[in-house]
Amino acid sequence: MSDLETFRAETRAWLEANCPPEMREPVRDDEDVYWGGRRATFKNAAQKAWFEACVAKGYTVPAWPKEYGGAGLSPAEAKVLREEMSRINARPPLSSFGIWMLGPALLQFGTEGQKARFLNEIARGEIRWCQGYSEPGSGSDLVSLQTFGEDEGDHWVVNGQKIWTSYADQADWIFCLVRTDKNDKYKGITFMLYDMASEGVTTKPILLISGNSPFCETFFDNVKVPKSYGEDCPAYVGEVNRGWDVAKYLLGHEREMISGAGGGERSAAIGAMMKRHAAKLGDDLDPVLRAELAMFDVDALAYTAMGEKFLDEIKVGKAHPAQPNMMKYVGTELNKRRHELMMAVGGSRSLEWESEETGGGKPARGWLRTKANSIEGGTSEVMLNVISKRILDLPGA
Amino acid sequence: MPLYHNEDQAMLADTAAGFMAEEGNIAKQLRHWRDRNCKDGFGHGFWKQMAEMGFTGMLVDEADGGLGMGHVEAGIVLEEIGRNLTPSPFLTSSVLAATALKAGSDDLKGRYLPGLIAGDAVFAVAIDETAKHRPSRIATRAEKSGNGFRLTGSKSFVIHGGSADMIVVAARTSGSDEDADGITLFAVPKDAAGMSHDSVRLVDSSMATHTKFDGVELDGDAVIGEIDGGRVVLEAMLLAGRVGAAAEGVGVARGAMDMTVDYLKQRKQFGKLIGEFQALQHRASHLYSEVEIARAVTIKAQQLLDAGSEQADLMASVAKAKVARAARLAVQEGVQLHGGIGMTDEYDIGLYMKRDRALAEFLGDAFFHANRVAQLSGY
Ligand SMILES: Cc1cc2nc3c(=O)[nH]c(=O)nc-3n(C[C@H](O)[C@H](O)[C@H](O)COP(=O)(O)OP(=O)(O)OC[C@H]3O[C@@H](n4cnc5c(N)ncnc54)[C@H](O)[C@@H]3O)c2cc1C
Ligand SMILES: Cc1cc2nc3c(=O)[nH]c(=O)nc-3n(C[C@H](O)[C@H](O)[C@H](O)COP(=O)(O)OP(=O)(O)OC[C@H]3O[C@@H](n4cnc5c(N)ncnc54)[C@H](O)[C@@H]3O)c2cc1C
Repeated sequence: MSDLETFRAETRAWLEANCPPEMREPVRDDEDVYWGGRRATFKNAAQKAWFEACVAKGYTVPAWPKEYGGAGLSPAEAKVLREEMSRINARPPLSSFGIWMLGPALLQFGTEGQKARFLNEIARGEIRWCQGYSEPGSGSDLVSLQTFGEDEGDHWVVNGQKIWTSYADQADWIFCLVRTDKNDKYKGITFMLYDMASEGVTTKPILLISGNSPFCETFFDNVKVPKSYGEDCPAYVGEVNRGWDVAKYLLGHEREMISGAGGGERSAAIGAMMKRHAAKLGDDLDPVLRAELAMFDVDALAYTAMGEKFLDEIKVGKAHPAQPNMMKYVGTELNKRRHELMMAVGGSRSLEWESEETGGGKPARGWLRTKANSIEGGTSEVMLNVISKRILDLPGA
Repeated sequence: MPLYHNEDQAMLADTAAGFMAEEGNIAKQLRHWRDRNCKDGFGHGFWKQMAEMGFTGMLVDEADGGLGMGHVEAGIVLEEIGRNLTPSPFLTSSVLAATALKAGSDDLKGRYLPGLIAGDAVFAVAIDETAKHRPSRIATRAEKSGNGFRLTGSKSFVIHGGSADMIVVAARTSGSDEDADGITLFAVPKDAAGMSHDSVRLVDSSMATHTKFDGVELDGDAVIGEIDGGRVVLEAMLLAGRVGAAAEGVGVARGAMDMTVDYLKQRKQFGKLIGEFQALQHRASHLYSEVEIARAVTIKAQQLLDAGSEQADLMASVAKAKVARAARLAVQEGVQLHGGIGMTDEYDIGLYMKRDRALAEFLGDAFFHANRVAQLSGY
């Protein structure tokens, strides 16, 4: 057996022994997702057991080095683990912006001290992070952001407002883009890390069209941010005033994550499931709806292959650096189409907003939530702008 | 297996790209033969050159004198054929017929493969009987007659039928028209008495025939594979052909897209390069995304086919459907974004539009394959 086959066999056995049956059921709502953090509670014993087993094995962040809480898996091994987990529909043991966004940025730009502290905290689910990028006047044009940090020697005093900060009210820390030089648009932003419990930080939840309120307005009123958290552990990533490089790098990972390129339900075909769903509702698929589902499945399965190719190419540095933008554009538009079709199959049942049968309006709320996919992390239009400029090299893009 | 070309494949891609651009380009092949009203629609000299490059027998087993390569490799050549709109019998001979002959007797292989490998022989396949691809329904009949068979019926859309030295014909040896079983494949030689061709030029300048079999007498040794058990050979041939046609379609799409993106960087209107208009940038970027995805799933299908995976059949239909749609978008945007000159015969972009139309129809269009994806998925 090759090393990889041995690894697959071991992984399969380990998952068999450690992933409880409840953790192999599809995620139904946000409570099924474990986000970690100071205030986190487990929904049930199975969620706890699965999480703890993964922490011990380094499988909350399998590709990170062991000294930072990962399992140090090679890209090929990580792919095997992904495949084996999806084979049994294992849920992710831990979801967090720390894993998807801050972690990769720290691995790339962080100091040893930052990595040792923050990456381990993320891997063990101890600290839940939120992302302070967008402001009321700075969405797509993020670099125009105004939140300002006044340099007071050993600390900054931060004033300003962020908006659309996902889970700001539940997060422990924030990674935040703060202007530290008003004279240089690109080279005047610092990528700061600070505690949401700091004095002067307030959050105000915003209600979404889905009726849920997972994001907030976040206000900073004379927040004191120390420049250092100890030896080799500055409060900023990269250099002061060069946070834009970090921000952009992180956006690449965010876009990859939102694109669903790593597989999972975001890229799966749905036709067969929809036929069963229709049958449960006592109906059959309209021929034209069936045809649309078939066209959708063609696109979804093709996109899955693209996701695989993209990840394979990233590993060996073959992927175009701007390719995550393409993946995000297509993946999110596809996800919106998926939910439009699911709503159509569900008919009037899927319109129910609160009923028990729909688990409190899951189909409708889920459908509405997907509309944000092509906005959050950079809109579809912005993705197309980036492809035009960086991949197609079109003039003036 | 990672979903990109390995080193050998990347080298082959370079070689194939260089050769096709040099020898198989539009001026030297497609326009040349079209403008001379060539009855075969391609150049036999070029087919010989493809043999010298080692392309013609790439899917043929080494034991039979070929290169024993896979569909990823054949796809590499096909993508360049597509990009250059190169007319050649590669897809019907080296992919479809060569795949069918894998199931043939040593005698059949000995009779036909050396000619293919040398670039002397051209093969065609006769499957469709109506204007649409419906391989589940085969009405052409082959009845037992002496030691052999008598073939009666008619086939359509036989690409290269008029110039083929041998045609692989799917016929019914038992059962009724819609039965899955009871199909037999025959290698029908050019000079078979009772076979007649009505040659037609298609929109893309390729040549096809409506072929009639009027009591064509065939020896028993013309049978490819098992009598009545030809469905498996037919399926294998279709699978290889669909994946191959998808690869060629990727080339067509990429060729049209590259030409169009280049044009956006040259043409000025309103005092600007038209590529500066965001409306066109977004269309180009959307097109880029679709073409990249179509290419990815085509390589996926090739790899699955080479690995003998059960998933190959589904993924072949996904690829054929996806490519058909992406290439259609590429040629439509191509002509539109070229403006008036896109409508002229002098510009090549219109040739891409024509080729896409014919290629997408071959072995099942996007609707056929999307429907097949649904059926294979259980709905
Ligand atoms: C559910 C959700 C969660 C989010 N979570 C976070 C978070 O945790 N942290 C955070 O910082 N932000 C978050 N965001 C904010 C998100 O990043 C922004 O909404 C996004 O960047 C778009 O900015 P905007 O909303 O200001 O829209 P605008 O930038 O005002 O865009 C309005 C419209 O104009 C289009 N447009 C803008 N510029 C161009 C252009 N140059 N060319 C063509 N079209 C253009 C856009 O595509 C869009 O359709 C979240 C958003 C959502 C919906
Ligand atoms: C069959 C045919 C018959 C014709 N007959 C006549 C005739 O009898 N008399 C006559 O005078 N003309 C005639 N025309 C010419 C026709 O009016 C022009 O082709 C048309 O106006 C487009 O101009 P163009 O071809 O130069 O394309 P271009 O203007 O170069 O356009 C190229 C592409 O860029 C796009 N584009 C250009 N500007 C912008 C912009 N600002 N924003 C976004 N996209 C842009 C276009 O939509 C097009 O897709 C004919 C054309 C055809 C094809």
